[in-house]
Amino acid sequence: MTKFPMIVTRGLGKSYGSNVALAGVDLVVSQGTILCLLGRNGAGKTTLVRILATLLAPDTGWAQIAGIEVRRDAARVRQLIGLAGQFAAVDDGLSGRENLELVAGLYGLRRREARARSQEVLERLGLAQVGGQLVRTYSGGMRRRLDLGASLVGKPAVLIMDEPTTGLDPANRIELWKLIEDLVRDGTTMLLTTQYLEEADRLADQIVVIERGRVIAGGTPDELKQRVGGDVLEVRTTNAADVERVVQLLDGLGSGRPVADMRDQRVTLPTTERVQTLLAAARRIEESNIPIADLGVRRPSLDDVFLALTAPGAESRAAVPLPSSPGRSTETRTAPA
Amino acid sequence: MSTFPIPEGIRVGRSQNPWTFVVDTLRLTRRSLLLAVRMPQLIILGLLLPTMFVLLFRYVFGGAIIVPGYHSYVDYLIPGIVVQTALFGGSSSAVGVADDLSKGATDRFRSLPTSRGAILAARTLADLVRLAYTIALIIGLGLLVGFRFHNGWLQVLAGAGLALLFGYAVSWFFTLLGLFVRSAETAAVAGSVIAFPLVFAASTFTATASMPHWLRAFADRQPVSYTANAIRALMLGTGPVQRPALYAVAWSCGIIVVSATLATWRFKKI
Ligand SMILES: Nc1ncnc2c1ncn2[C@@H]1O[C@H](COP(=O)(O)OP(=O)(O)O)[C@@H](O)[C@H]1O
Ligand SMILES: [Mg+2]
Repeated sequence: MTKFPMIVTRGLGKSYGSNVALAGVDLVVSQGTILCLLGRNGAGKTTLVRILATLLAPDTGWAQIAGIEVRRDAARVRQLIGLAGQFAAVDDGLSGRENLELVAGLYGLRRREARARSQEVLERLGLAQVGGQLVRTYSGGMRRRLDLGASLVGKPAVLIMDEPTTGLDPANRIELWKLIEDLVRDGTTMLLTTQYLEEADRLADQIVVIERGRVIAGGTPDELKQRVGGDVLEVRTTNAADVERVVQLLDGLGSGRPVADMRDQRVTLPTTERVQTLLAAARRIEESNIPIADLGVRRPSLDDVFLALTAPGAESRAAVPLPSSPGRSTETRTAPA
Repeated sequence: MSTFPIPEGIRVGRSQNPWTFVVDTLRLTRRSLLLAVRMPQLIILGLLLPTMFVLLFRYVFGGAIIVPGYHSYVDYLIPGIVVQTALFGGSSSAVGVADDLSKGATDRFRSLPTSRGAILAARTLADLVRLAYTIALIIGLGLLVGFRFHNGWLQVLAGAGLALLFGYAVSWFFTLLGLFVRSAETAAVAGSVIAFPLVFAASTFTATASMPHWLRAFADRQPVSYTANAIRALMLGTGPVQRPALYAVAWSCGIIVVSATLATWRFKKI
């Protein structure tokens, strides 16, 4: 079964003066699937989202939503999309219900429909109780949910969400994930940006990793994990100052280069020979007398993929295109041990 | 590339026509007004300034100001305050526009199947409604402190209409400004910086005849003076109406046409 490509971009580029925000991005999102656009701050995620949402014209390339070119027929595209921007764009001085009814009205729903649809969305988001209260009184999580609700009232076929869970506490994040999964099950096509690998791993059918406006990798979460190759040896040092030394120490072992993660005082190393690599690493560390907090081998997480892809010198390796599998991945994903 | 047919069950319904423009403008105007009503601090703050000016000029400075041709200074003062209110009220549009931009509301509305013109039209229309309310209160206050109409009701209404037209023009100008500065704080500062000289280098509080030559050359030719003079002529029957009224209308319409055109253009590229 071939699925309809609901979102397509080709060679999308955008610069702000000399600052290149997007440098030729290609991606495809099939109908009823979710693509996570993964990238750090400043990678170009919001720029891409704004182009898809008809808010910004690209300098080069084109984008289509449901086969309609975004620039040529923006008015029709706006009838198909729902946008939840990076910051919750709900009005503090209106009640939750008033916010939704306003947006429903702007989608062209009649008063009656708008009211019914808003109620439906409020219930779905667990906000029915507080629907009549001013948004000013809502918690951060409730505001976020309402903002997502506003992008849902028009029953858009394509939902575009820019970092929907940034700033949410874990409980709210998990709740939002469930909602997103429900929506995709109902046939909504979704493009979601995130800085969290865990999020992309959990939600995505396809992940596209961007860095400085370029796609540096793409594929299913499993494909991306395979790219790290086999397993991952992980060393956590006791002192941050030792991270670099451990990197030098481990160089040459494993199936790739060791990667440092300064924030977590961690060095990871891809390996296809888990036992040999672990023993060799243990020996070298013992001889060097570097104090370490943890040492082990585990299944790769998306974090490892991201680190491997964005480490200095990784770009040439990352340029190798990945095989892409159409549709939803049916394999079960093993959580990293 | 080949285009696929739009999958079944996907609604591409809403057509853009003048009717949707009107309906959406009203919807969004209602939104702005509701937001304003639920921030009563801002409305009160907006009333505070003109009230202070009325009291200050009526009771503190008023005794020392003599305007030739005006029997009572308060009659001269209130039309000036009305124009001042229109200017300051209109300048708050910049804050509203910048606020919507920085908080993402504008992005949301622009991604919806509504006319982009409606978003701006609603902003200025809502500010016009607020201004009408404020001006009515200021005139009411004026009546309490001794201001009197000395002309027919039709002329008085025409005078109020001129003030609103000017406020509407100012509102469009500051909408344009808000689209450029994008932050509510900057917009507020820019609003005062522009509005203050226009209010004081004008016939708002006293006749321009006593000003130095260079200042008077500016004061006599700018829209605040024309509008204030025209309102005085209409509400009080002092002096000829036609010339100041004509200039006032021309200024306001000119500002509206230029600002609305530029704002619409700017709004597309934001
Ligand atoms: N309006 C703008 N003017 C100038 N530079 C911008 C603007 N918006 C984004 N940028 C720059 O473009 C790059 C990509 O930004 P953005 O798309 O917001 O990234 P992300 O959403 O992934 O954090 C950044 O370097 C950012 O500084
Ligand atoms: Mg962003």
